[in-house]
Amino acid sequence: MKSIKQKRILGTILYHGFIWIFGFFMIYPILWLIASSFKDEAEIFQKSYSLIPSSLHFENYIQGWKGFGDITFATFFKNSFVIVILSTIGQVASSALVAYGFARVKFAGQKLLFACMIVTMLLPSQVLMIPQYILFSKLGWINSFKPLVVPSYFGYPFFIFLIMQFMDGIPRELDEAARIDGCNQWGIFARIMLPLIVPALITSSIFSFYWKWQDFFGPLLYIKKPNLYPVSLALKLFSDPAAVTDWGAMFAMSTLSLVPVFLIFIFFQKYIVEGISTTGLKA
Amino acid sequence: MTNVASKEKKQKRKKSIGKSEYNNLAGYAFISPWLIGFIIFTVFPMLLALYFSFTKYDVLSDPKWIGLENYKNMFTSDDRFRTALGVTFKYVFTAIPLRLAFALFIAMLFVQNRKLVPLYRTVYYLPSIIGGSVAVAVMWRQLFGANGALNGVLSSLGLLKTQISWIGNPNTALWTLILLAVWQFGSPMLIFLAGLKQIPISYYESASIDGANGFHQFTKITLPMLSPIIFFNLVMQIISGFMAFTESYIITQGGPFDKTLFYALYLFQQGFQFYNMGYACALAWVLLAIMGIFTALVFKSSNYWVYSESKEG
Repeated sequence: MKSIKQKRILGTILYHGFIWIFGFFMIYPILWLIASSFKDEAEIFQKSYSLIPSSLHFENYIQGWKGFGDITFATFFKNSFVIVILSTIGQVASSALVAYGFARVKFAGQKLLFACMIVTMLLPSQVLMIPQYILFSKLGWINSFKPLVVPSYFGYPFFIFLIMQFMDGIPRELDEAARIDGCNQWGIFARIMLPLIVPALITSSIFSFYWKWQDFFGPLLYIKKPNLYPVSLALKLFSDPAAVTDWGAMFAMSTLSLVPVFLIFIFFQKYIVEGISTTGLKA
Repeated sequence: MTNVASKEKKQKRKKSIGKSEYNNLAGYAFISPWLIGFIIFTVFPMLLALYFSFTKYDVLSDPKWIGLENYKNMFTSDDRFRTALGVTFKYVFTAIPLRLAFALFIAMLFVQNRKLVPLYRTVYYLPSIIGGSVAVAVMWRQLFGANGALNGVLSSLGLLKTQISWIGNPNTALWTLILLAVWQFGSPMLIFLAGLKQIPISYYESASIDGANGFHQFTKITLPMLSPIIFFNLVMQIISGFMAFTESYIITQGGPFDKTLFYALYLFQQGFQFYNMGYACALAWVLLAIMGIFTALVFKSSNYWVYSESKEG
């Protein structure tokens, strides 16, 4: 009896021990980034690996916030928030409409169009990159947020799919009842469906926020004026190995750029985990 | 299991749709945002890209038709095209299987109902949530640079005589990018976790009564039951792996000696640094053709993955 109990305790110790050690390596880079943002120049290079700064140098943040060329990170953060909020509203609202159309209305050509939508999820964005760039530059949209925001208002296949999956779980009897009471399709969508799919809308909003916040390629193509840079692009230039003089400030701004992401993760973790588990999509 | 359930579900859906009438007006009204966007931002640019791929086009002057010249050059005289293809294949087919293997391994640890698992899950998922950002790319560059943390640890242990840059060394540069990709195994981990929870415990119980050991249970129950999810993940991740750009653009700039020249980065260079827009479009269509093969695989397997098991649980 005793040996079985000992075995079990040993197993528990091994289990947690392994997860703690492996977990330390998983989280080390993030802790290291945060720690480095508080180190002074000498310590960044001399004790590069340490996770505990010998003293907290908040001036890294003050120095970094000043940005470059008279433009502070206040501008970059503001630009990011404008782009991200406008795109997220567009992506989620338009995707909800489209999802309802595909999930609950029956129309000619539905299957074919749905297949087209799924295919676009797998389409490499590189194929569209150059013609889209030419299209947007002909429209005079270079150096504006339009190329980053406007396409968001035309639905996003991943979210359409996610919301459709969620709608599948809502009984059709509700639609039928509303129809008998004289509700048209729009009424069913707005009054019955919309309040019920709120969790799916929240999940979509979170992912939309993340992807737009971290998007680097779009701004790289379309935004050439520093006063319009979002954080991702500003950070890239701020941290160019050839140009960096203040390493502490670079780490400070890198850390700061992750703060909105961390905050959302902490507050909405449930929706993220459920969203990924139910659709099983995307990296 | 999955098959039967999904068929039942489909039949149910068919029945209930059958009750209602076709409503073309409402249907197209609801999907119109996507349909219009699909035509303007997807179909039209795709066809335009196909046309450009047969031209010489530098943006400043009008495109000039040169037939198959771009494709011919690519396959006969462009060494960097071959390099980019090789690097991308090596990256994708190393990083993605490793990422999925870690994801499955850790998911199997977390499926046990032990204390602290929710906390562990959060910690292990954290890298994935920030993984695509510029900040992480910058961080990675510093971790593995000549003055980086890795060298700091190694030299303080006395394992390193001279400071080498892992990013600048042709033999290790690609591996730092692979490591970055593997580090972000959080999403497939959560998907596997949801899948593992769907496997009835009774399967394992009867297997262990029959004397099957842990390894047998893994190969005879866990793997087959998870296989649709594994396969789906594999294909989706391979596709997104082919499109990887930010990592090599920020961390290594494709160097040293093109050792980390990702296909997407090469395409970007041709298009937006050398202004060979026609050639870049040809590169894009070749990429599309390669990925079309994987897309076909996804669709052949759609019976398995369209139904999401975790929702039922």
